[in-house]
Amino acid sequence: MLKQTALHAEHLALGAKLVDFAGWDMPIQYTSQLDEHHAVRQAAGMFDVAHMAAVDLHGARVREFLRLLLANDVAKLKVPGKALYSCMLEETGGVIDDLIVYFVEEGHFRLVVNAGTTEKDLAWLRQHAAAFGVEIKHRTNLGILAVQGPQAREKVCALLPAEFAERALALTPFSAAWSGEQFIGRTGYTGEDGFELILPHADLLAFWKSLLAAGVKPCGLGARDTLRLEAGMNLYGLDMDESVSPLECGLAWTIAWSPDERHFIGRKALEAQRAAPPRKNVGLVLEGRGVLRAHMPVRSAGGAAIGETTSGGFAPTLKGSIAFARVAGSSNGPYEVEVRGQWLPTREVKPPFVRNGKVLV
Amino acid sequence: MSKIPTELKYAKSHEWVKKLPDGSVLIGITDHAQAALGDLVFVEVPKAGRKLAAGEASAVVESVKAASDVYAPIAGEVIEANPKLSDTPETLNTDPYESGWLWKLKPANPADVDALLDAAAYEKSLAD
Repeated sequence: MLKQTALHAEHLALGAKLVDFAGWDMPIQYTSQLDEHHAVRQAAGMFDVAHMAAVDLHGARVREFLRLLLANDVAKLKVPGKALYSCMLEETGGVIDDLIVYFVEEGHFRLVVNAGTTEKDLAWLRQHAAAFGVEIKHRTNLGILAVQGPQAREKVCALLPAEFAERALALTPFSAAWSGEQFIGRTGYTGEDGFELILPHADLLAFWKSLLAAGVKPCGLGARDTLRLEAGMNLYGLDMDESVSPLECGLAWTIAWSPDERHFIGRKALEAQRAAPPRKNVGLVLEGRGVLRAHMPVRSAGGAAIGETTSGGFAPTLKGSIAFARVAGSSNGPYEVEVRGQWLPTREVKPPFVRNGKVLV
Repeated sequence: MSKIPTELKYAKSHEWVKKLPDGSVLIGITDHAQAALGDLVFVEVPKAGRKLAAGEASAVVESVKAASDVYAPIAGEVIEANPKLSDTPETLNTDPYESGWLWKLKPANPADVDALLDAAAYEKSLAD
């Protein structure tokens, strides 16, 4: 039996195509994945991401706990409301999950973690929490709604009481404001401006209906995937997992190496491969026609296969195909990708491919 | 419900065949197929002159989700491929039975067309 979010009946009423996503019955698209994609680049779209989990961490030593558990350093979070993107690593340096951590107040941080990894993450957190006296609360009474696009913030703020709206509009990227249990972060997974709202389920439904009435387009996980790929953002399970270190999947920028004396789980393994990671992530743009997909073989032009694509697809904003590939760290481009038996030339680029509606590659 | 025009013939693999007055046929994919595939973004059609066997993978249609083969419903020689699809693959979504045709074929055996499914039989195959 698949799990359902508080918006499940809304998806059915809108005629969405639903798929099993990490055990949840989720909308992949409503009408057209391309229309949904463009709505987010050009106006505003919303995504039910209530399958993801909000986890609250409480305790006097919670900051110390997270400085051990996360590869990025929560010491950077000095002002309540500020947030960080980080990987949580095994001792081997493999990625357990990627997440956003919010500093709520001293003694209280909030994590937003992936749906497919929630149980694994909770077990890992709990395994280490006891030593720090940290309490782990999976907030199953809360759901997450992503509202994204150049008009997203104004559409959301129009629904808020004046005082809360003012604070929400004033948020800088990667920071959050809240009013009671209504929590709004200026974050996202599309490469556009916008908010992610963490709300009690009844509020989630109310916001969804009001935003729908205000012309915000419901968007499925299909559009979410093409948007995040264009935005150069990794998808856990495809672009990285426990067998891949952040250095090998384009996430070196999320590792806080300094201060040198901070020990975090996975640090030793990362330091061992820091100078020359065995594999690296590259962004590819297909030169000709066709569509790159995940798990296609990749080689340096004319050479032997030295890796594969991890994510790939049609990029609606570029009107062409793009991919991430994981290749040997010592290899050089240009790279070719084998698409249905033919090696096709690509151009190597540094992601993101698209930001704020503009093509960057 | 997907549209299934009664004047066309069908293959179970979701292609349609339309007889033209000169004895050639047009071939495309059904409304059901385009809806299942999602937004089409790339189409590769067979070149004129290529001889196709019945059931042969002859074209590739790629949607935002996946690549799918299109099979030749009957044997014959390709006379012409729809030249507009490379620039406007979305035509397969918006007009699968008219401007979204894939290739024009000279049937090896004209009677093969009559052996294909009629609209009612194709509709029934969708329900199975």
